[in-house]
Amino acid sequence: MDSTQLIAIFGSILLQSAPLIIAVCGETISERAGIINLSLDGSLLLSALAGFAAALLTGSLLLGFLAAAAVGAIFALIVAFGSLHLRQNQVAIGFVLAMLGDSLSAFLGQNYTRLPGPSVPAWHIPVLKDVPVLGPILFRQDAVVYFALLLVAATWWFLFRTRAGLELRSAGERPEAAFTRGVAVRKLRYIYAVLGGALVGIAGAAYSLDVKIGWAEGHTRGMGWIALAIVIFGGWSPLRGALGAVLFGATKALATVLQRSFPQVALVAFNAVPWLLMILVLVLVSGRLAAPLLAQAPAALRRPLRGLLQAAPPAALGQPLDDN
Amino acid sequence: MSQPKPRLERIWPLLPGLAALLVTTLLLLAMGTSPIDAYSAMWQGAFGTSARVYSVLAFLVPLLLAASGLLLTFKAGLWNIGIEGQIIMGAVAASWVALRVQLPAGLQIPLELLAAMAGGALWAALAGILKTRGGVHEIFGGLALNNLAILFTNYLIAGPWQPPEGGSFRGTQPFGAHALLPLFENSRLSLLSLALAVVAFAGVALVLTNSHWGLRLKALGQNARSAFLLGVSSNREMLLAMAVCGALAGLGGGVRVLSWFDSLRQSISGGIGYLALMVVLLAGFRLVLTPLVAFFFSAVLNGSITLQLRTQLHSALGDILTGVLVLLVLLFGNYERVRRAFRRRRSQADG
Repeated sequence: MDSTQLIAIFGSILLQSAPLIIAVCGETISERAGIINLSLDGSLLLSALAGFAAALLTGSLLLGFLAAAAVGAIFALIVAFGSLHLRQNQVAIGFVLAMLGDSLSAFLGQNYTRLPGPSVPAWHIPVLKDVPVLGPILFRQDAVVYFALLLVAATWWFLFRTRAGLELRSAGERPEAAFTRGVAVRKLRYIYAVLGGALVGIAGAAYSLDVKIGWAEGHTRGMGWIALAIVIFGGWSPLRGALGAVLFGATKALATVLQRSFPQVALVAFNAVPWLLMILVLVLVSGRLAAPLLAQAPAALRRPLRGLLQAAPPAALGQPLDDN
Repeated sequence: MSQPKPRLERIWPLLPGLAALLVTTLLLLAMGTSPIDAYSAMWQGAFGTSARVYSVLAFLVPLLLAASGLLLTFKAGLWNIGIEGQIIMGAVAASWVALRVQLPAGLQIPLELLAAMAGGALWAALAGILKTRGGVHEIFGGLALNNLAILFTNYLIAGPWQPPEGGSFRGTQPFGAHALLPLFENSRLSLLSLALAVVAFAGVALVLTNSHWGLRLKALGQNARSAFLLGVSSNREMLLAMAVCGALAGLGGGVRVLSWFDSLRQSISGGIGYLALMVVLLAGFRLVLTPLVAFFFSAVLNGSITLQLRTQLHSALGDILTGVLVLLVLLFGNYERVRRAFRRRRSQADG
C-alpha cells in the first residue's frame, strides 16, 4: 500500500465519520445541559428519511437538511418537555422515541426505498487542498465534513471558553446553584436539548444525502446507539468525542481492509468489531479497569493519563428539575 | 383558563388511545388507504378466525415471558434492554439441544427448555457483570450484547449449523418432530408453552408482592445506596434479577424456535424483547395490566401482518400505533401531573 492509497483511506474515514461527529456534538451539548436524549437511533433514522425525501421532492439540499434538523429538534423537544414540564423519566421517553422513530421511518419510507436522489457535491478548498498530506485528507471533502470539523471546534470553544457555555454546563452540573445565581436553567435546558437534537437531525441527513446516499429500511440503524456510547467515551467533551467517532470509523475501515486480506475468517467476526469495541471502551472509561492500569503507570504520567481515560458525567444528567 | 372539569379527568385515560388512532388514521389517509378497510383487515388478522386467535396467543407467549422478567429487573431499577439478546441466546441454546442431542421422548423437550433458560440467563448475567464489575451501564452493555447475539445467530446459520444442502442464510434445517413442542390444532400455539408463560407470570407476581426478595429488589430500585446500608447486597441482587429475567426471556426464545418456527432463523426474536419493554412501560410496571397489554400488543402486531399482506402497507403501522400510545401514556397518562405542570406554567406567566 503506497502513501496515496493511505491518504485516500484517511480521507474516506473522515467522510464516513462526519455524521457520527455531528451527532456526538449534538448529544454532548444536550447532555452537558442535563438532558439525555436517548432517542438518537430513531431520530437519526427518521431524519435521514426526512432529509432524503425533502431533498428529493424539492430538489434542494438545503431544504433536505432543514427538514432533517426539524425532525431531530422535535424529538429532542418531546424529551425535554416530558422531563422539564411533566417530570417524566428521560430514559423511558427517549427509548420509546427511539423505537417509534424506527417504525415511523420504516412505514413512511416504504415508497422511497432505493430511489436515486440528490447528494452533497464535493467542494475542494482552493490553496489548502494542495497542502501535502493534510490537503487531500482534510480539504478535498465536501460541506458536510467541513461543517463537522468546524462544529467540533465551535462546540468546544463555546462549552469551555464562553460565559454562555459555563451557564450551559452549570445547568447540567449544579442546576440548583445555577438557578439561585439567576441562570434560567429550564430555559437553557430546552434551548440546548433542541439545538442538540437539530444537530442529530443534520447528522441523519448527512447519512442519506452524503455518506450513505439514499434510503432503505434501517438505513442508519445502530448508529444512534453507537453515537450515545461515543459521547460517554468522549467524556462529554466534543474533542474527545470527535476523536472517538474517527477512531470508530477507522476501526471499521480497518476491519473492511482485513476482511479482504483474510477471506477465510467469517464476515461475522468483522461485523462484531463495533459492538465488542463499544463494550471494551465503556469498561475502560468507567474507571473500574482504568484505575488498576493507572496505578502501574509512572507517577508523572498518571494525571494526564487519568484525564485521558476517565470522565464523569454531568452531575445532574437525567435528573428532574426542582425549581419550584 | 378555568379549572379543568372532573369530566375531563374521567375520560382522560382514553385520550392517548384515541390520539394514537388519530395518528395512524392520518398516516393511512396520507398513504391513500381507507382507514376502515385497514382497521378491519387488522381486526380480521387478529381475531377473524380461531386460527388467528391461536396465532395471537402463540405470539403472546414469549412476549409475556419477557415482560414478566422485565417486571423483576425494572423493580430492581435496571433497564434490561439486553432482553432482546437474551431471547435470541435462549433460542440458540434450545436449537443446539434440538440439533445435537437425541434423548427419550419425555426428556428431550424439558432439556431443550432448560437449555433455553440457561442460554438467556447466561447472556443476562453477562450484561449484569458488565454493569457490576465493568461499570458499563446496562443499556449500552445490553445493546452491544443484542447485536452480538444477532451476529452469532447469523454465523451459526451460515456456518456450522447450515442445512446439509447448504447455501441457505435464512435458517437451519427443521428440527426433528420429536424435538418440537406439540402444537394445538395445526396452529403455531403450544399449550404447554402458554401454561409455562402463565405460571412464570404468576411466579413473578408472587415474588414481587409476597416475598422478601421482592422487597429487597424494591429497596434496590428505589434507592440503591440506602438498600446497601440496610444490608442488601446490591450487586448480588442485581445479578440475580438479571439472570432470572434472562432465564424467562430465554425460555421465550426457546418457544419461538420450538413452536412458532421449527428451526433457528435469522430474525428469531424480531424485536420481541424491545416490544416487551414497551409493554411494561405502557402497563406502568403494574402487575395486573402487564398480561392485558401484552395481549393487546400481540393482537395489534398480528393484525398488522395481515394488513401488510392485504394492502402492501408496511406492517410497521402496528408498531406506530403501539409506540404512539406508549409515548402519550408516558407523557400525559398521569392526569394530576399534567394538571400541575400546566398550572405551574400559568402561575409563572402571571408572576
